Amino acid sequence: MPEKNEPNLITINLYGKRYRVPDNMTMLKALEYCGYAPTRGIGCRHGFCGACAMVYRIKGERQLHYCLGCETRVQDMMYISTISYFPLEKQAYKLDELEPNADMIMHLYPEIYSCVSCNTCTATCTQGLDVMGYIHDAQKGDFKACAEKSFDCIMCNCCASRCPAGISHPEVAMLARRLNGKYIAPEAKHLTERVAEVKKGDILEDVRTLMAKSDDEIRELYNNREIEK
Amino acid sequence: MYPEYLQLSLEKVAEKREANTALQPERMTAEEKDVLLKGFHPDYRTDQYTELRAGANKGDKVNTELAETLMGRARIHAGDVNLDHIDYDVDVLIIGAGGAGCAAAIEADNAGANVLMATKLRLGDANTMMAEGGIQGATKPTDSPAQHFLDAYGGGHYLGKKELVYKLVTEAPECFQWLNDMGVEFDKEEDGTLIAIHGGGTSRKRMHAAKDYTGAEIMRTLRDETRCRRIPCLNYAACIELLRDESGNIGGAVLINTNTKELKVVRAKTTIITTGGSGRLHIQGFPTSNHHGATADGLVLAYRVGAPLLFADTMQYHPTGAAYPEQILGALVTEKVRGLGAKLVNADGDVFMHPLETRDVAAAAVIRECSERGKGIDIPGGGQAVWLDTPMIEKIHGEGTIVSKIPGMFKMFNKYGIDMRKEPILIYPTLHYQNGGIEINEKCEVANTKNLFASGEVVGGIHGRNRLMGNSLLDVIVFGRESGRQAAARAKEVDHVGRLNLDHVAEFEQELSDAWVDTGVVSPKLFPNYKANFRTYLDTSFSSDKADEQ
Ligand SMILES: Cc1cc2nc3c(=O)[nH]c(=O)nc-3n(C[C@H](O)[C@H](O)[C@H](O)COP(=O)(O)OP(=O)(O)OC[C@H]3O[C@@H](n4cnc5c(N)ncnc54)[C@H](O)[C@@H]3O)c2cc1C
Ligand code: SF4
Ligand code: SF4
Ligand code: FES
Repeated sequence: MPEKNEPNLITINLYGKRYRVPDNMTMLKALEYCGYAPTRGIGCRHGFCGACAMVYRIKGERQLHYCLGCETRVQDMMYISTISYFPLEKQAYKLDELEPNADMIMHLYPEIYSCVSCNTCTATCTQGLDVMGYIHDAQKGDFKACAEKSFDCIMCNCCASRCPAGISHPEVAMLARRLNGKYIAPEAKHLTERVAEVKKGDILEDVRTLMAKSDDEIRELYNNREIEK
Repeated sequence: MYPEYLQLSLEKVAEKREANTALQPERMTAEEKDVLLKGFHPDYRTDQYTELRAGANKGDKVNTELAETLMGRARIHAGDVNLDHIDYDVDVLIIGAGGAGCAAAIEADNAGANVLMATKLRLGDANTMMAEGGIQGATKPTDSPAQHFLDAYGGGHYLGKKELVYKLVTEAPECFQWLNDMGVEFDKEEDGTLIAIHGGGTSRKRMHAAKDYTGAEIMRTLRDETRCRRIPCLNYAACIELLRDESGNIGGAVLINTNTKELKVVRAKTTIITTGGSGRLHIQGFPTSNHHGATADGLVLAYRVGAPLLFADTMQYHPTGAAYPEQILGALVTEKVRGLGAKLVNADGDVFMHPLETRDVAAAAVIRECSERGKGIDIPGGGQAVWLDTPMIEKIHGEGTIVSKIPGMFKMFNKYGIDMRKEPILIYPTLHYQNGGIEINEKCEVANTKNLFASGEVVGGIHGRNRLMGNSLLDVIVFGRESGRQAAARAKEVDHVGRLNLDHVAEFEQELSDAWVDTGVVSPKLFPNYKANFRTYLDTSFSSDKADEQ
């Protein structure tokens, strides 16, 4: 058996209480290690859902850090709190009735025009996105650009928690992406045609014929099916 | 950064890389695969299975962790909660708010039903959010629903319920349109043509994606739509038991506020279970790619009211889960990594299989390498793994390929000081998907029950004994929507829900005690308990020698 690396113990401060934890853990695991059994501020555990936003400072350093607890390793003298919820403003709209232009966004999310270009959102983003950039795109009604810049947003809300203008960045970006997907990206004509074919029904006949065959016959077809290059 | 003791093995891998890259390993023959699967695939480990001794599947064997959960004791019993005090009175109750739950909610709302969603974490915290790879659908002229049927049915070893597979493949195109109309940003060419590639077991390029965030893109869009419609959703509200009325029909459920532990009674004309999978049961001790709430709750809820399960004994183990560092243990390393040419190599640096064998075969091969053949690599913290030699990718496709083609993977490892362009990564199979589940018909009605519906990963029968990648996101949409439509339609026919009761709990527990079963487990489990693991690993975590200074 090779010699295993035993983890070193380090000190963290969680919600104002000190703990000693192995240094090879994520912040989320360290929380569990300390005996918490979180039922909120936790979701996918692998960096996709934004549920586990955390904020920390390293003792003695001036900078404040925002991160995902499920994928950030603990460090010595990390002072940690979790942001399992942050209040945002989300407008209800009917996508079908929206026109993808600046007037519309001015009406739904007027606060984006109060942006003071401090760039704090960008500096805070756990995914390294150009958050200020996508808010400025939204201001101009350029939803395509906003959608592209914000695509990787996992809606952890860290940016919104720091914005002096009270902007709900991830909600603005969500709207932009939906507008882009529905109105701006070009139509997939072959999809429209296929849907029509299915409605007409002939194409379904083939499936029914196939289904009616015995498993042996289907196996034969399956094993000899041609694979598209 | 790998620990010192791995350097020797790493050197061997590096030495043989040149030759290994060029090597064309043989594909296994059908017989070889058979022997391999029977010997090493976890589905064949009979010692890990336990017979169900109560319920509709009495006599069947399932994985012990699942059996214990299914035969667990209920969290509440008659008398623990006043069932005459109705907190929510609705047409359609949807349990779980992942992809299937939200799709159901939208369709039930379209049908004019009064809908309530209740979910364990937050709206959208679900396996759907994590699907990276893609979604299948015969949208191309070169493809057809019949071809899709052949792949799905054959891939499931001819065991899927044909009428369900039919629904899956024939409604796929319309579901794509539905998603696109809601704003889902599928990858497209300049002219609008949907980009599609192959996935494991496809005979046509049918895997559609939204970059490597396909599930997230679908999930966040569905979530946004339910919010725009103001469909009420109770967050942190886990369902712990279904309720029946006097005539034995399902008439709602009991929810628990996971923060305050307060109980709430929902009366509903129809109920839909969309609680997803069971990776967090850590079947056979495997790590998992699943989200925190994937604990087989829906299976338990349905099983206890008498519903049968189909293929509940088979799980999908993804061959390449991250095995090191511990922080990302179990996280998915996408199939694309092998697709781009990285091969699996053992401790001696030798290639031991063709990189593109199917998931079950590849998983079994890795397990064999680490067990019988003794060619695994010990990982810090316990367990074994093999190398996935990622630097091969750039040898084949040139520098920069990793960052441009699999940026998510690069980021994930780079965070922990492992540069997969220069060093291989350590992988081991991870528990990924529940192939089987609650038995339904094509209207999503749960067998042996009335007014109960189910859709999504919690159901069984669509994928037979093996789901192909991309067909589950599709089934979540197709059957999620159908369950919403059907539940709303049925709710219109139900004019009265009788007095609610928990009799089924007593009946089930009687059956258990008649069979002398006491698994000591309380279910549904709701959450995994990791606290317990850690305590055995190191006894004291917090220091008493220093005050908690701010
Ligand atoms: C890492 C990963 C990658 C994947 N990649 C792909 C892919 O590329 N293509 C593909 O087709 N499929 C993929 N899958 C599979 C696919 O994502 C899932 O099978 C599918 O999304 C399941 O959807 P669902 O709605 O049934 O369940 P989920 O999306 O998991 O939703 C279930 C919901 O129910 C809630 N819930 C659970 N228990 C309770 C309870 N007791 N009370 C109330 N609520 C409860 C959960 O919190 C959750 O919100 C992947 C899965 C994972 C984990
Ligand atoms: S933090 Fe707010 S005000 Fe500052 S740049 Fe970002 S959006 Fe503008
Ligand atoms: S832009 Fe999205 S990912 Fe970045 S901090 Fe804001 S919510 Fe989080
Ligand atoms: S738990 Fe989902 S991003 Fe961390």
